[in-house]
Amino acid sequence: MSPTAAAGSSNRALRFFEATIVKKAVVAVTGLVLFGFVTGHMLGNLQIFLGPERLNAYAAFLKSNLELLWGARITLLISVFAHIFFTIQLWQLKNQARPVAYVKKVNSHSSAASRTMYYSGPVILAFVVYHLLHFTVGAVHPHFSETDVYSNVVYGFLQLPVALSYMVAVGLLCMHLSHGIASIPQTLGFNHPVHTPKIKAAARVIATLYFLGYASIPVGVMTGIIRLSSMSL
Amino acid sequence: MQRYEAKDVSPDMSFLEMLDVVNEKLIAEGTAPITFEHDCREGICGSCGFMINGVAHGPKSGTTVCQLHMRSFKDGDELYLEPWRAKAFPVLKDLMVDRNAFDRIIAAGGFITARTGSAQDANSIPVPKAYADRAMDAAACIGCGACVASCPNASAALFTGAKISHLGLLPQGQAERDRRALRMIAQFSSELFGSCTNIGECEAACPKHISLSVIAQMNGDYLKASVRDRGAVKESSD
Repeated sequence: MSPTAAAGSSNRALRFFEATIVKKAVVAVTGLVLFGFVTGHMLGNLQIFLGPERLNAYAAFLKSNLELLWGARITLLISVFAHIFFTIQLWQLKNQARPVAYVKKVNSHSSAASRTMYYSGPVILAFVVYHLLHFTVGAVHPHFSETDVYSNVVYGFLQLPVALSYMVAVGLLCMHLSHGIASIPQTLGFNHPVHTPKIKAAARVIATLYFLGYASIPVGVMTGIIRLSSMSL
Repeated sequence: MQRYEAKDVSPDMSFLEMLDVVNEKLIAEGTAPITFEHDCREGICGSCGFMINGVAHGPKSGTTVCQLHMRSFKDGDELYLEPWRAKAFPVLKDLMVDRNAFDRIIAAGGFITARTGSAQDANSIPVPKAYADRAMDAAACIGCGACVASCPNASAALFTGAKISHLGLLPQGQAERDRRALRMIAQFSSELFGSCTNIGECEAACPKHISLSVIAQMNGDYLKASVRDRGAVKESSD
């Protein structure tokens, strides 16, 4: 190791992304984009409680503008890719940084959510892939309809294993969010004695509300609050 | 791991004094004593430190092992002592690790350019109270390495953040502020410390209660300096 190490690459843009702080900042910014999606997706989906006409009209509206639809999809795809790509690099660094593990180590001051980000992430990714095949492409859905989103959801969640695994996945997603949301300002350089504790508390509240919001849909289907209308049958 | 029995321990002994007693007995028996680092034994030099039952500097908050007393334990307790474990801190012997990586991070930019000659009047450089307080809090870092040791990622973010904040928050540190962040972080990375995940174990282990806010300060300084960078890193061979 040289006394003063200049970063290896001569290309300025490449050198910029070599620093762990920049990699982490990319993870934070892309995380914020994905958080935005999770927010919009939940608010959109909760319209299922307003009946099939409302939800199906909303789904048709989303698909009506192809430029916007694919613009959003490509933005999300790039965000997911960058979020995972840089996280893998940081994870590799973490594994190199402590080659010999402690015989005894107590982590008592950090949240379980913060310590399981590397595990909740891959599960969420697997869930998203399944979820897209289930409700967007319809490849693993028994009664898939291109236009009737409402009955797709009802048929999907009438299968108990699907509903339960969905709830586990959104639970992990919300755990991931509770640390992620609170972490974004810190990673981007903002920490304040008054605001930071409030942001942390808000992140927990948001994560809990989102879990309740998302979980209410399979619970609604299983309890019969959301049922197939005569029209969609 | 090797097992030792510590006899004749007074509750008023410091943890290091207890190890001294154990070592005297080992030397008398003709076996090798347990190697550990220490210097001031009053909690201000940063020489001592190891893991006690998985916690850096032991169970007492805001305390180095030299200031930890045996009354914090019960008679008959089984204690696991381990050195700081990190790629950047190679173990020299027993509980002693090589922390030169910290010195290299400091050498990369943890300084200010001071003019020679007589010191100017202290009041000629106004420092807002809030900034002075934050700089003082960051300057409390003794470089013991507990942050790296307790971090699940073995990151030196709290240490480097403390040094960058302590100088970067004061008027005297402004001239090198960008260059300091760029160079210290470049050195940090080349030492193979892990990356911060905002978990907060370092803050809890720090004997000087340095807060995670110094890491945010470092992140902000680095990101701004990277955007403004006019080749400061490239000049680093000067």
